[in-house]
Amino acid sequence: MSAEPIVPGLIAAPSEDADAEERRRLERTWEYARGLWGWVAEVDHQRIGMRYIVTALIFFALGGVEALMMRVQLAKPENGFLNPDLYNQVFTTHGTTMMFLFAVPVMLGLGVYLVPLMVGTRNLAFPRLNAYSYYVYLIGGLFLYAGFFLNAGPDAGWFSYVPLSGPAFSPGKRVDIWCQMVTFTEISSMAVAVNLITTAFKQRAPGMSLNRIPIFVWAMIVTSFMVIFAMPAVALASQMLPLDRLVDTHFFNPAEGGDALLWQHLFWFFGHPEVYIIFIPATGIVSTILAPFTRREVFGYLALILSLVATGFIGFGLWVHHMFATGLPQLGQSFFTAASIMIAVPSGIQMFCWIATLWGGKLRFRTPLLYVLGFIFTFMIGGLTGVMLAAVPLDLQVHDTFFVVAHFHYVLIGGAVFPLLGGLFYWFPKMTGRMPSETLGKLSFWLVFLGFQVTFFPQHILGLQGMPRRVYTYLPETGWGDLNMLSTVGAFILGLGALVFVINLVVSRVSGPLAGDDPWESDTLEWATPSPPPPYNFHPMPTVSHRAPLWHRSEDQPVITGLRSDRREFLMTGLLDAEPDHRQVSPGPTMMPFFLSLGTGITFIVGIFTPWALPIGAVPVAISLIGWFWPRGDQGHKILKEKS
Amino acid sequence: MPASVARPEPVRLVTLQPGQALPALKTSGPYDGNSYGVNEGQQLYEQFNCVGCHFHGGGGIGPPLMDEQWIYGGSAQNIHDTIVQGRPNGMPSYGGHLPDDQIWKITAYVRSLSGQLPKPVAPTRTDELFPHPSEQAMEKKQPKPDQARHPG
Amino acid sequence: MIAAALLLPNWVGGHSALSSHGVQAARIESLWWLMFWVCSAVFVLVMVATGIAITRRTLPSGPPGPIPPQSRRRMTRTVAAAAAVTVLTLFVLLIASVSTGRAIASLSERGGPSIKVTGHQWWWEIEYDHPTPSRIVKTANEIHIPVGRAIKLELSSQDVIHSFWVPSLHGKRDLIPGHSNDIWIRADHPGVYRGQCGEFCGLQHAHMGLLVIAEPQDRFDAWYRSQLQTSALPMTPSQQHGRQLVESGPCALCHTIQGSQANGNLGPDLTHLASRRTIAAASLPNTRGNLGGWISDPQSIKPGNRMPPITMKSEDLQAMLDYLESLK
Repeated sequence: MSAEPIVPGLIAAPSEDADAEERRRLERTWEYARGLWGWVAEVDHQRIGMRYIVTALIFFALGGVEALMMRVQLAKPENGFLNPDLYNQVFTTHGTTMMFLFAVPVMLGLGVYLVPLMVGTRNLAFPRLNAYSYYVYLIGGLFLYAGFFLNAGPDAGWFSYVPLSGPAFSPGKRVDIWCQMVTFTEISSMAVAVNLITTAFKQRAPGMSLNRIPIFVWAMIVTSFMVIFAMPAVALASQMLPLDRLVDTHFFNPAEGGDALLWQHLFWFFGHPEVYIIFIPATGIVSTILAPFTRREVFGYLALILSLVATGFIGFGLWVHHMFATGLPQLGQSFFTAASIMIAVPSGIQMFCWIATLWGGKLRFRTPLLYVLGFIFTFMIGGLTGVMLAAVPLDLQVHDTFFVVAHFHYVLIGGAVFPLLGGLFYWFPKMTGRMPSETLGKLSFWLVFLGFQVTFFPQHILGLQGMPRRVYTYLPETGWGDLNMLSTVGAFILGLGALVFVINLVVSRVSGPLAGDDPWESDTLEWATPSPPPPYNFHPMPTVSHRAPLWHRSEDQPVITGLRSDRREFLMTGLLDAEPDHRQVSPGPTMMPFFLSLGTGITFIVGIFTPWALPIGAVPVAISLIGWFWPRGDQGHKILKEKS
Repeated sequence: MPASVARPEPVRLVTLQPGQALPALKTSGPYDGNSYGVNEGQQLYEQFNCVGCHFHGGGGIGPPLMDEQWIYGGSAQNIHDTIVQGRPNGMPSYGGHLPDDQIWKITAYVRSLSGQLPKPVAPTRTDELFPHPSEQAMEKKQPKPDQARHPG
Repeated sequence: MIAAALLLPNWVGGHSALSSHGVQAARIESLWWLMFWVCSAVFVLVMVATGIAITRRTLPSGPPGPIPPQSRRRMTRTVAAAAAVTVLTLFVLLIASVSTGRAIASLSERGGPSIKVTGHQWWWEIEYDHPTPSRIVKTANEIHIPVGRAIKLELSSQDVIHSFWVPSLHGKRDLIPGHSNDIWIRADHPGVYRGQCGEFCGLQHAHMGLLVIAEPQDRFDAWYRSQLQTSALPMTPSQQHGRQLVESGPCALCHTIQGSQANGNLGPDLTHLASRRTIAAASLPNTRGNLGGWISDPQSIKPGNRMPPITMKSEDLQAMLDYLESLK
């Protein structure tokens, strides 16, 4: 193998025969399996990451249609478009889809796609677990929608308070379906979190010490830790509720010693970090986009990272602010007010750092930057209304009104979806090899941005005027009709903008101009490889000596040599300074994750009908696990057989 | 309200009869497959004070409803008619007082007390004190139509 | 849906948190305006800074790279200063919030009426508590209070979680089964204030409203005395026939009319139905037409609520309405 230094990103000169031979062997070792079997057995992070993103966008579209249905119903008082039962199913499914099936999976999916590329490795640490997590997520989403289309959609709200969602007041299987969908998405998210942390800590390119890790990767690390600590609470609650509903336990039955508030504490202990799980990757995207479009490294790397970590920690101390109206003691409430107000500080510091970056930069007003600017505007408003909501007395008036609806849409759409759309536009060339249309991009931005403001700003006023949330209609005398109609008009504009965005992605995928390796002149490692990246991600494997490696290329930058190309291997490095440590074999395509996901699916789905599902489901689970971990020769992994 | 309650067709209580065989008893009611209706029936059972005499199915002043013995027949139609018409020895007639729809819901719930309804439909526990395993967990006790007899 | 409101309801003060008529709502409104102006100022400052940042002309730079060290030092100072100002501002807001919270929680008064509010799906059971049982008043969906006095409300629920919320008077407080929450309210001006359930409670959460009517002490006392009376005796033959229908039909199984045979306690107490301004939990004005429509088919007005449709002959319905309208 050649030992000459090669600058990362340059394709080896064709005269380098040995290098071309190496590349050919890598292509064969790492190639994607073909056919239907190949599709199902895939373990490559790029493919699975794309599946996450596409599936999440489909759920986003479904959730958006549900939102439009709600807005049509609410456009005028005492409207008859949706009866109350259907409305309850629609708003519950909308919230559940957006929170569990779109927002978290799309961010984690972006992490699955980008983290190995950004840290300079070949695949995630646990590729089969990655495949498993995707299938479990898909099964959960399909299960929820099967219920929805069979008139068994959950109808107790996306946070499903007991006793309304308990056995006495929600008969049938609706809430059980919701609970198991939550279980599936929790398992999926926790699996991805484990994968991302391990990859980001142990597989970085040599030289990528902790203070050179891209901000997006830091964001995914913090997010993954939050997932690991927050999701068990809701996984527990989502099992306690079916136990109450199906097996006569009394966790939430006050007459037998349980407590309805227990559900709220368990749910919100997860629910509040959940929104930061959605928001923190978005801040990572913003920091990433700012660099190429201001042609400056983002200002305040250390402050940004510390703010992410601080947000992650403080985010666990806020959950009671969802329960201020329940009559908890005042001193306790004041603590949570203080924490909820305090979390604005790290977010504010991040905001100031971004503005400083804009200040010092030479701006290129392309679509991703427009989305970042839209984010700044919208998230500021959302964050400030959040500070208002943190104040207990004010919250007592606007809790459970459209003021809260406006607030969380400002922070979730403004704070997470705008950066996501900008990020998808930005990484589209890397993912597909083609440039998205700038015209359609700008058009979709303006439609989305203006449509969003028209939809949700009036809802602040509606909330202050007393309109509660989760109402399928309202009386004409309240005078809420006009603002509701305005909000509905805005919703359709927003929907149109989202549609234009999707059209852009689809059309450009087919006929956009070819992008090169690095069309935006970016600074992170994923742009150092062709678009789309080959299955082995990089050849040669890079090292870094700077936080923005592509802006500090040098002729002498070393590359990694010595990894085998006849079997799947990558380099494991140290935690703090990423010094090379050892080689790790990586598994190839296998059906076991798919079988295990089916086993998991059977266990939990049939479990809501009979407890026999647990011993029965244990059988395919056990078989797939045995197949998964069965030891094979030569560390179990396929060696490329070469014709001499 | 009073006179307009249509008298239902008389329903057999036993299978013995002279002459040729009559068509089989209709054994299921309109809410037997409807978990929402059965849940309503569970609430109505409590709210209209069926518990006052029948307790939570164990019986007291009135006969138990959780077992397989039915004095006046255990099919859905029989139970419905018992509630509508009342019965000697203390069962009031609710025919003119409750809408027929609600009586069918209560009928479905009463059948669930002896495990007659399929598991996904039968209600589970209420948010009250817990008197017995929930109806969903009840073992099915098939009512025997030719064992209609007086309480012994 | 039949539920067209034919008459404008006579409630003042609307439904808005920003038109306060009670001491607590007033304090909350002041807090709101403080936070609103502070947050608006912050927003404007940040937007101005961003606007300048994106419009200022920078010297064309060469290849992309780090921010030059001089600018970086200046920016560090600016960001640090901005962070410090942020912390201070938030601290001020925190103090304002905590002090408002303590103020609104400190309202109490001895000797006034104490009212038990029990939430049901989808109506409010109101009971004016009194040590002497014969002086307990039970009503539904409409609370009368004397102006200027602090009134204690004990909140609980019989089924799912609801939330008591009259925006013109105070913030909301949940009614949780198995818990009893107490709040104090005080109306400072006479008027009719509408409230609505503030926690999703099922199919008809949207139509679970209530009225709080604040009136001078003497009028409140007069109202209270009239509520203590038993139900009005039917005078005309039509009213007598109506009462007989109520007692012998399905109505009596769920509703109570004190002084008659109707003794159910699943639905609202109807003893003084005609003295209330609304029906169906403040969803419809209490008029003969609305009441007739409600009795014939409540499911088309509040689909999913617990009252079944009652079919009856139209002359029977008219007789029943004659009787119910007499229940002042």
